Amino acid sequence: MRFCVSNLCVSRGRIPLLGGLDFSLDDGDALIVRGPNGVGKTTLLRTIAGLQPPASGDIEGIDERLVYSGHYDGIKPTLTVAENLQFWSQIYGQDGIDTGLDSFLLTDLSDLRAGVLSTGQRRRLALARLVVTERSIWLLDEPTVSLDDCAVELFCKVVRRHLSRGGIVLAASHVDLNFVADTLELEPYRVIESAVDSFEEAFS
Amino acid sequence: MIPLLARDLRLAIRAGSSLGLGLAFFLIVTVLIPFSVGPEPVLLATIAPGILWLGALLACLLSLDRLFSLDWDDGTLELLVVAPLPLEAVIVVKALAHWITTALPLVIAAPLFGLLLNLPTSGFGWILVSLFVGTPALSMIGAFGAALTVGLKRGGLLLSLLVLPLYIPTLIFGADVVRRGLLGTDVSGPLLMLGGVSAGVIALMPFASAAVLRMNLR
Repeated sequence: MRFCVSNLCVSRGRIPLLGGLDFSLDDGDALIVRGPNGVGKTTLLRTIAGLQPPASGDIEGIDERLVYSGHYDGIKPTLTVAENLQFWSQIYGQDGIDTGLDSFLLTDLSDLRAGVLSTGQRRRLALARLVVTERSIWLLDEPTVSLDDCAVELFCKVVRRHLSRGGIVLAASHVDLNFVADTLELEPYRVIESAVDSFEEAFS
Repeated sequence: MIPLLARDLRLAIRAGSSLGLGLAFFLIVTVLIPFSVGPEPVLLATIAPGILWLGALLACLLSLDRLFSLDWDDGTLELLVVAPLPLEAVIVVKALAHWITTALPLVIAAPLFGLLLNLPTSGFGWILVSLFVGTPALSMIGAFGAALTVGLKRGGLLLSLLVLPLYIPTLIFGADVVRRGLLGTDVSGPLLMLGGVSAGVIALMPFASAAVLRMNLR
């Protein structure tokens, strides 16, 4: 099923950030949104994830297919790596976390408490969560933050496998990722120049 | 829903402090009251129902601000909202986990602590029953307050001020059940009111809490 965004306008608080966004993704497609800090990448992803309502426009084809990964990892330090993954797999009605552990080379760490992991390892655990949910649409906000080159390549490999199975990936990223993806530059969709400019105009 | 409950209980047991905090506070209150009031068995027996209920209520209040803030801080709450669970169910489960880890130990310990306040043995059953029926309302109202203040730094004070007025009906009817039970008069009036408050709160508060939580997450 096609995942479709039409004439979408997103706002942060009362300030409109992006307007007139149109794109659609078929099974197996990936799209990377780019743009300077503050342009609204996170707001766009949060809106599509349903964490905030769109200012206007439609988002179609995401029902019960979506999993979101934000800036925070959502990991409980007192649970082990396996327990953290197990929890999310159960929440999404799945069982089995072995592919998730394997994909991000976490099998050896599975009995450790997540609190002792390094930042990069925590990130890998957060990304492994995507695998165990078995959802087809991945919404990723800066997925490669604090990953080393080797782990980035590992992540790209997992994404390529996901796409080859008909998955959809929508990611915001500043780094070049090694999988086939269209790029959407958000700068042209900005609604106002910036909040600071209009603030200064008010006093000129 | 069950995995969420299991996780919350496991977290409470591993962290430890949240389990013992309410109970320790309740113990402190009941131990110190006889010192401050004086060793008068008759007077203590008279005020015991009220003190036990007040102590349990304040102990419940202590751990409320942790109800959502831990999941908020590490991003879990955001991920749970996107997950295929109704947010209302998430809130009910969180409130249930709070009740099991905080209120249930208080319910069980109350008759024991009643000994310290010279509560007549005929009141043990009534304090157990009234707390058992009334404390679910405390957890559920608390979940609403916690949802309302979740993003705020130092929201604990605001949370207490918002929640305490809503606790008053439960406190009045709960303590009244025990008092009437001790006097041997009919307890059905306050007991039904206590149960009614709990049932109403459990039916309505999840929707209100989910609405404010969604607003806070925007």
